[in-house]
Amino acid sequence: MAGRAEFSLQGRQAFYFALLLAPPLLWLGIVYLGSLLTLLLQSFYAIDEFTARIVPEFTLATYRQLLTQPAHIDIIVRTLLMATAVTLAAAVIAFPVALYMARYAGPRTKALFYVGVMLPMWTSYLVKVYAWRLILAKQGIASWGFEHLGLMGALDQALAVPIVGGPSLASSYIGMFVVFVYMWLPFMILPLAAALERVPASLLQASADLGARPGQTFRNVVLPLALPGLAAGSIFTFSLTLGDYIIPSVVGAPGYFIGMMVYQQQGTAGNLPLAAAFSVVPIVLIGLYLMLARRLGAFDAL
Amino acid sequence: MRSEQARRPSWERPSRFTRVMAAAGLVFLHAPVWVIALYAFTTEDRTYQFPPPGLTLHWFEVAFARDDIWESMRLSLLVASAATLLAVILGTLAAFALARRTFSGKESITLLFVLPIALPGILTGLALLAGIRTLGLEPGFWTIVAGHATFCLVIVYNNVVARLRRIPPSWVEASMDLGARGHQTFRYVLLPQIATALLAGGMLAFALSFDEIIVTLFTAGHERTLPIWFYSELFRPRERPVTNVVAVVVVLVTLVPILLAYYLTRPDERGSE
Repeated sequence: MAGRAEFSLQGRQAFYFALLLAPPLLWLGIVYLGSLLTLLLQSFYAIDEFTARIVPEFTLATYRQLLTQPAHIDIIVRTLLMATAVTLAAAVIAFPVALYMARYAGPRTKALFYVGVMLPMWTSYLVKVYAWRLILAKQGIASWGFEHLGLMGALDQALAVPIVGGPSLASSYIGMFVVFVYMWLPFMILPLAAALERVPASLLQASADLGARPGQTFRNVVLPLALPGLAAGSIFTFSLTLGDYIIPSVVGAPGYFIGMMVYQQQGTAGNLPLAAAFSVVPIVLIGLYLMLARRLGAFDAL
Repeated sequence: MRSEQARRPSWERPSRFTRVMAAAGLVFLHAPVWVIALYAFTTEDRTYQFPPPGLTLHWFEVAFARDDIWESMRLSLLVASAATLLAVILGTLAAFALARRTFSGKESITLLFVLPIALPGILTGLALLAGIRTLGLEPGFWTIVAGHATFCLVIVYNNVVARLRRIPPSWVEASMDLGARGHQTFRYVLLPQIATALLAGGMLAFALSFDEIIVTLFTAGHERTLPIWFYSELFRPRERPVTNVVAVVVVLVTLVPILLAYYLTRPDERGSE
């Protein structure tokens, strides 16, 4: 009797469970995963060169086109270099902010810092990009500031550097780099602060008691324990830079980035298979990056 | 000797460098938003000259009279409402299903529930477009909503699931022991507990949808949401100061729900964690 009651309850629970899970699971399974699979499938199709129509037959021609054309390789390398530079700069700038908010700020200042980091993160993406275009424009605030600090010469010299320079900050890789770092900085600060908050104060004390200088404590205690936070943050900065196509088209130099290529190929160029193949590149790069991070022990302290 | 030791740099106290850099970082994050606010009032309408030669409220009036802006605003509000509604329903169902149960295959399901925000937006956008084209659908209002709901439901799910896990299981047991039926336990025990998390998730979802551009450009067809209006204005500006005014309005529209969401989910001081 008791056994039967229990059994029926479990049966009912299972029924309710299925009832709860089915709608969201079907949504993500069909709308999202289904679309992703369609996209993957598209990358194995190719465009007929004469009719410009997609030929729905399995072929590796699109991937061959992706990986053999020097222009395409340039785009991938350029995007990868930018993502790496942005990640490194974001980590360096984020560290003192995260350190202060995690370990030194009192409860009130800490709350202020958290809101202070989260608000810009959630502020309209486009508005922020646009703000930077105003700031970096020829007569904008950046050049006004440089002029008043008497650094106009330095700015001109930086802009005169081949490749990274350009006619103005708003149309150079330097400007684009600044905007990328700005946009993804909160995504680095928050996980880093979470990791630094978990560093036990006793370890720092012990390190100091054993005669380590602050620099040594930083290298041997703080940094290894902050590594999971740095890894988590860098996955954001890396992957967000790899996939972005708005920033390079609004602020920046004429060179193409992966995201722009995806957008252009599906749109004006009408080559959905090549766009699909290009969009697979960030996934592969992020996968490789995760493997590398794991091998370097970035997740060991988790 | 002793005082010298006390002044030696240590990890007990922040160095001046750390303090200055932390403050500078915070200023760096906020300054650009204030710049936009300033430019909405400039009298200069052709260049981005700084400092602005004069200040005026004229551009608010001009923006207010522009029908194309109202049209896009209306569409964005409709899209965000529909996407939020869908996301709240789907995300809450998923949170209730997955909060406490353990079963085989749970890990892959939870992975599926973070994927839409973990993968680059351009991938979601292009994938949805490929799906839309394969099905032969016409991109428009509902394809925008479907795209937004997909990543918004992840936000709602995360908010609600975190709150559900904080409710002690004994509360539900006590309710059942006292003879409450399932729906009564939900109505009188669980719902009051998750209400603020649900509201916060919904607000964040709304803000996220209202502002979304990366996915929307792929799924919108000929529709022009406010971000798409803004985006095209960046390349073919009609009246630059009007764009600045719209930027300020967009920031305010998204900021209010985000701040509310923050205060609703702030870890409370009674120490339930």
